[in-house]
Amino acid sequence: MKLFDYHKATGLSDAQTKTAAGATLIAGGTNLLDLMKLEIQTPEVLVDINPLGEDEIAEQDGGLRVGALVRNAALAAHPLVRQRYPVLSRALLSGASGQIRNKATTAGNLLQRTRCAYFYDTASACNKRAPGSGCDALEGRNRMNAILGVSEHCIAAHPSDMAVAMVALDAEVAVEGPEGARRIALEDLYRLPQDRPDQETTLHPGEVITAVILPPPPKGRQTYLKVRDRASYAFALASVAGIVSVDNGRITAAALAFGGIGAKPWRNRAAEAALLGQAVGPQAAEAAADVLLADAVCHGDNAFKSALTRRLIHRALRELTGETA
Amino acid sequence: MQISLNINGEDHKVDVDLRRSLLDVLRHDLALTGTKKGCDHGQCGACTILLDGRRINSCLSLAVMHDGATITTIEGIGTAEDLHPLQRAFVAQDGYQCGYCTPGQIMSALAMLTEAEEGWPSYISESLEAEPDLTDDEIAERMSGNLCRCSAYPRIRQSIAEARAQMRAAK
Amino acid sequence: MMAKDQATMDVTLTMDTAQPRRLDQMVQGVLGGAMARPEGPLKVRGAATYAAEHAVADLAEGVLVRATITKGKVKAIDEAAALKLPGVIAVLTGGPLLRNPAQGQASEAPEQVLPEVHYFGQPIAVVVADSFENARHAAQTLRVTYTEAKAEVDPETASTVERPKKSQIETGDFDAGFQAGAHQIDALYHTEPHTSAAMEPHASIARWDQGRLELWGSYQMLKHNVAELADAMGLPESKVRIHAPYVGGGFGGKLGIAPEAVAAAHAAREIGRPVRVVMARQQVFDMTLRRTETAQRLRLACDATGKITALAHEDRVSNLPGESYSEPVAQGTHFLYGGADRRFTHEVARVHRPAAGSVRAPGEAVGMIALECAVDELAEAAGIDPVELRLRNLPKTAPKGDLPFSENALGRCLKEGAARFGWDKRGTTASRRDGDWWVGLGVAAAVRTNVLEESIARVTLEPDGSATVATDMTDIGTGTYAILSQIAAEMLGLRPDQVTVKLGDSDLPKSSGSGGSFGAQSCGSAVFLACQGLRAALAKRLGTTEEELTLKDGTATSGNRRVPLADVLDSGLSATGHIKPGDTEDDFAIAGYGAHFAEVRVHAFTGEVRVARMLGIFSIGRVLNRLTAESQCHGGMIWGIGSALSEELQHDRRDGRIVNHDLAGYHVPCHLDVPQLDAVLLEDTRDDQANPIQAKGIGELGISGAAAAIGNAIFNACGVRVRDFPATPDKIFPHLPFDDWG
Repeated sequence: MKLFDYHKATGLSDAQTKTAAGATLIAGGTNLLDLMKLEIQTPEVLVDINPLGEDEIAEQDGGLRVGALVRNAALAAHPLVRQRYPVLSRALLSGASGQIRNKATTAGNLLQRTRCAYFYDTASACNKRAPGSGCDALEGRNRMNAILGVSEHCIAAHPSDMAVAMVALDAEVAVEGPEGARRIALEDLYRLPQDRPDQETTLHPGEVITAVILPPPPKGRQTYLKVRDRASYAFALASVAGIVSVDNGRITAAALAFGGIGAKPWRNRAAEAALLGQAVGPQAAEAAADVLLADAVCHGDNAFKSALTRRLIHRALRELTGETA
Repeated sequence: MQISLNINGEDHKVDVDLRRSLLDVLRHDLALTGTKKGCDHGQCGACTILLDGRRINSCLSLAVMHDGATITTIEGIGTAEDLHPLQRAFVAQDGYQCGYCTPGQIMSALAMLTEAEEGWPSYISESLEAEPDLTDDEIAERMSGNLCRCSAYPRIRQSIAEARAQMRAAK
Repeated sequence: MMAKDQATMDVTLTMDTAQPRRLDQMVQGVLGGAMARPEGPLKVRGAATYAAEHAVADLAEGVLVRATITKGKVKAIDEAAALKLPGVIAVLTGGPLLRNPAQGQASEAPEQVLPEVHYFGQPIAVVVADSFENARHAAQTLRVTYTEAKAEVDPETASTVERPKKSQIETGDFDAGFQAGAHQIDALYHTEPHTSAAMEPHASIARWDQGRLELWGSYQMLKHNVAELADAMGLPESKVRIHAPYVGGGFGGKLGIAPEAVAAAHAAREIGRPVRVVMARQQVFDMTLRRTETAQRLRLACDATGKITALAHEDRVSNLPGESYSEPVAQGTHFLYGGADRRFTHEVARVHRPAAGSVRAPGEAVGMIALECAVDELAEAAGIDPVELRLRNLPKTAPKGDLPFSENALGRCLKEGAARFGWDKRGTTASRRDGDWWVGLGVAAAVRTNVLEESIARVTLEPDGSATVATDMTDIGTGTYAILSQIAAEMLGLRPDQVTVKLGDSDLPKSSGSGGSFGAQSCGSAVFLACQGLRAALAKRLGTTEEELTLKDGTATSGNRRVPLADVLDSGLSATGHIKPGDTEDDFAIAGYGAHFAEVRVHAFTGEVRVARMLGIFSIGRVLNRLTAESQCHGGMIWGIGSALSEELQHDRRDGRIVNHDLAGYHVPCHLDVPQLDAVLLEDTRDDQANPIQAKGIGELGISGAAAAIGNAIFNACGVRVRDFPATPDKIFPHLPFDDWG
């Protein structure tokens, strides 16, 4: 870990000013410290934003405003989240461990970096870590890497579970910066790698995430399913956050977001549209999967993810459209 | 930079390198080596401590960010003469082998039982809203952030279940 | 033969003939029971002191630097730049630094090849600073330039393949015998490389005092480690002392002296100050010994009754050039199945991947995955129940060398295990479904060769009637502190808490060390013999014979004479016990046997596998402590779950490096992977040929065959035969129907 200057943020504008000047913000630190220890990130200035508060969950416009510093554990356990947004609660609880969830924050979870093994090894070529150096994952051991939204410069997968559920819920991110406050659809917070995989978000210089805004709970049933190499405490090979409404045996609304397979938490509106009006059954799942996976680009070890995702869609839809227990 | 920590009820002032983890402050500066370093990346749970009553990985915590914090470590929950019920149960049930992950397992279990008392669900809970039923599987899911390579898992969970029963009976 | 030196009361036994069951005649009644570990209260309070935790004054911190090329030479290291960084004291390369850890029982330094580099991740330097943070940063930013050479990293295509002569065995006419079988199977299996991944990373503190090196390390076999460290540092063994009172897991990973120990010793000598070197978790993956990957071809033929008539077990493993070790893949096969026509071939591909060595149950752990799955395939082909097929193939003598078995309860384990597990409820392939989950049962035999190693222990009866056991043996979580106190207490008529056990100091009498499941029996035998010496001396003082002497509850009784032990001790008594292997290991096939049963659930959509139930039943001779022995069984069985389902080192195909070199990428089982297990020990068995305490090893038997039971259960559950382990979801789901939502 490289030496850095350490400041406790005195207020939001202090954090904005410092981050505009190149400082790195730290909240829970569960990923940033991990990266700093390996010198994958070497901030000159570290600004601790824990003094900002922003750790409240409040009802707002029929939905919820989740402060940026709300811990993952607190969010998952909040009665309104458990009751109205079970997909979010489940997604959070499927991620990491009890210890990490107690420390990791909402905004930090959104901004966590990929766990691509080559990003994590400074002796590897990685365009995300060292722009222009190449991508050792393309022909490397890429079993955990993404198949959607990837480029010839980067096939890193976004590792978050929480963000996948939030994307399915049409969450927005509230940010405040030098030019004032704005809201960004969470899906649009993330950039695709294209030829600059090091540029991961659409945040402007000096902008700080202050909250995640959840719209009123959607109609329909919700689920979060995650497939991984061991039963717990592992990143997703593939995961799905699904919210589906059925009327008279036909699908009337559907939101499906995916983790473990995308360069960002992945949602494809055309795949969802393919479900609308369809009779409940395997054919509906096939229709959505065909659209979603038409864009898949695999690189050897991760080729199984396409078929696995198809199966996850079947499993999620059957669960969400079947008779209630 | 100088920071103050209240550890196991005792106040400590420590002058720390900005880069030093809470774990290394405990182990190197305060000789509280009961908290273990297994991976230094939040991947094993051996460094679990309680921060304001909640379990965290002390390896993924910069000490300077915890100035003024209240911390409980394995050294603070029982003594040689008066072991904590969890500690007693781990001894009686052979809830360990090499012992290296043990402090982390115990601290994690202690906080996990509190979480369950507060009604926190887990990923495998049938219902997110019902009172948690701490079955063996439920304990397993909630303890999965603590690896044990000796693989004492079955008896770690038996130890936790036994201690929980004793702690409830004592209430 | 037993030699007794009356002057010193020391007892030496060479294990040439079966020994009487003397322990069964003792009356204290503390051996074998479920006694809690005496060191337990220290462990649960975090007060047991592991290698990096010893309070040594004035410590400097060393951090290792790895090579980032696969093969070639270190051209230059920018020492000057590093020395300008805050706190940096020294940058050391070359000299005694090790390429990789010593193999188990090597007793000599491993390769010291710097400036050459032989694998990606090899230690090439150690940076020493006044703090861990300063050392780590300087190590991370150390500028190194290399001259690179071409290197082969793929065992399948390696151009150098050795075929050790003693491992190429042909009996009868295999090709003809195989052709003639009523049923045949011919299957290619693969297992991925594994790593020990003990929770405590390799760590050493080195301090020099007037030319003598003292090292606090995390090591399994101190007498060998002293020899290795001394050789590496160019010292006589008398100048090296190693302390390892608590070892945070070994599993083979800490058998031989490792790079961090030599780096600490070297750095401490160079800077004239004690140095601590702790491997980062990634370095434990990069630069300690892995278990090789294996490719195994199994060909089995049986007659119409299921009797195996022809068997071929052919394998390829790999290792780094210069390492003499090669995984004895077919070791278990020689103890399990007969047949007139047999072929064994064993190939070692030389590749520039991190060096391979012993990881828990070398040989059986991976060899029996393939063997016992192949036997399941044969049972399927022959239409015979897999338990029944194994029962029909119980050998009367060991297939290799036609030796008589010392003790072999395989048949009993299979039958009793099947009954306890409810094997009769096993359905036909893919016949049981619970919601989305296919459910199935699997079985595998367990066998692990048993070895006795030379071992010495000293037992002292203190004037107050308490006892002290002293040996350089280690307790790596196996229960040594417990069982040695129990053996001594049983022999001397004491409560176990009256026995103090001193371990983990190389200045104490030299033991086998912990490894190969031989620690408890070897070191336990030495303690037993020392106690025999003490009993003889006490008998002499009481004017009786050892056979007539009864020791119980601190009282010595002979005939109608009873005296408190303390009354006859004066200034105390001390005796040394010394066990040596002898003819019995050549005259008998000595092994632990058992059987594994598993019930798994396979998700019909995603191919995820969960172990729902697992039973292991084992025959290991005398059980010394039921509690710790069962815990060892659990550990082995869970390692079986790991190797069946999730454990896999991923080497980069271009440069051989371990890509998933941390505990997030290498999936050891976690709590939720593991159900409550049933470990059953046959407590009435004794192995008289094994050693004078009639006990055999248990630390590795539990893994041997365990993964195969899971693989076979997967097949029974869903009809998918996994031949490439671990059985991750992607190896299973493509073969499962899913689109009828049924």
